[in-house]
Amino acid sequence: MKRARIAWAGAVHDAVENRGELELLTPTFQGRRVGFDEVVWLPPLSPINRPRTVLALGLNYADHAKELAFKAPEEPLAFVKGEASLIGHRAFTVRPDGVNFMHYECELAVVIGRPAKRVKTADALQYVAGYTVANDYAIRDYLENWYRPNLRVKNRDTCTPIGPWLVDAADVPDPMNLALRTTVNGKLTQQGNTKDMIFDVATLIEYFSGFMTLMPGDLILTGTPDGVVDCQPGDVIVTEIDGIGSLTNTITSESKA
Amino acid sequence: MNPQPYLPGGTVYGTLLNFRREHALWAPRMHEAPYKSPPQAPVLYIKTANTFTRAGQPIALPGGVAEVEVAASLGLVAGEGGVVAGAVLLNDVAIAHESYYRPPVKYRCVDGFLGVGGAVRPVTDLGELAALVLELRVDGVMRQRTALADLVRDVATLWADVNAFQSMRAGDVLMVGTDCLDDGSRPRVKRGDSVEITATGFSPLVNGFVGENA
Repeated sequence: MKRARIAWAGAVHDAVENRGELELLTPTFQGRRVGFDEVVWLPPLSPINRPRTVLALGLNYADHAKELAFKAPEEPLAFVKGEASLIGHRAFTVRPDGVNFMHYECELAVVIGRPAKRVKTADALQYVAGYTVANDYAIRDYLENWYRPNLRVKNRDTCTPIGPWLVDAADVPDPMNLALRTTVNGKLTQQGNTKDMIFDVATLIEYFSGFMTLMPGDLILTGTPDGVVDCQPGDVIVTEIDGIGSLTNTITSESKA
Repeated sequence: MNPQPYLPGGTVYGTLLNFRREHALWAPRMHEAPYKSPPQAPVLYIKTANTFTRAGQPIALPGGVAEVEVAASLGLVAGEGGVVAGAVLLNDVAIAHESYYRPPVKYRCVDGFLGVGGAVRPVTDLGELAALVLELRVDGVMRQRTALADLVRDVATLWADVNAFQSMRAGDVLMVGTDCLDDGSRPRVKRGDSVEITATGFSPLVNGFVGENA
């Protein structure tokens, strides 16, 4: 099942994909179908009753680590993001004025399904509710070597599109063999496969749950492969993972108002 | 009827190197590798929801960890419209780490590692916070006095500089930083210790430290 969270007709609804349309789950509109173009797409995440933990990985593909002139890390290079940076499919991401290098990062995002504490890799995938696509934009002009990657690079408003779908884990038999790619204005710029992760999904769940309890709805953004390029206002960025979804985002410039 | 003690409803951010004493101690190293230059923007970290421990509740040391750092801080609680609506005492617990190069997730996001004051005090004037002094006692013995007059970025400046790149949403919390002792370290505690953080106008924040599975 592919699940979405959308705004339509003045309210927020849960929906599932059905033959190229969105089928609403809201009781009043149960079964009604609406087109992809008729809705506003929100992050495909149910609200939870505590602040959502959003974990992310740096340098988790060997080729990307090399691209950035780092040797592969010996333990996960993890950082944390605020939920406020998340936006949905087909949204706008702001490029600040005057910066030289802002790039997308196509990432497999893992959504936790049940409380996970000291989980072993062999059991780890049982704790996954599903998968979605995240685009973890970075603005490299703001990189500083203090708790790097620092939040000014990685936690900006609008800079983490996610979606369009939360795909049930049961429908993703092998999350470690998914092709992913990014296009900028239709031109292929990034390609990879989740099989090339340095720390795979199960290992990441074991690592994090070793010191922190992961809760349903928490997210792990698993890092990006080689092939990041600068994005300018007006560029349409599509980050895509086979079987998970195709996440569209458009860069816009900072308001001069 | 007593309301349930407060827990943050949004993301909790911590600020590194925002007290003059620690900033000055670090200054000679700031131009060296791997840092290469002093921080320009506020250096932030996140205390994830699994770290929240209510006032009065115990904080567990993980197995294999004999002692942890404790630190008094003040959290600025965002209201609607991006303003500071209140302030809360916090005990920012960490496993000591020498390097500030990589994000400190495994040192700071351990289950239970943020003691949270039981109530948010409304704040209408950020200027008044500059006179605030936080006192930290371990088993009743004074270990550290933290004066917000010693901030590198004062409360208003920090709030503005952080909101310049990430909007604080209603319920989000921004810790103003934690001071170090004269030698650059922070008070450390072990199993069995009780930590009390106090400040004028706030209810004391007390958390005992226990072994895991206690």
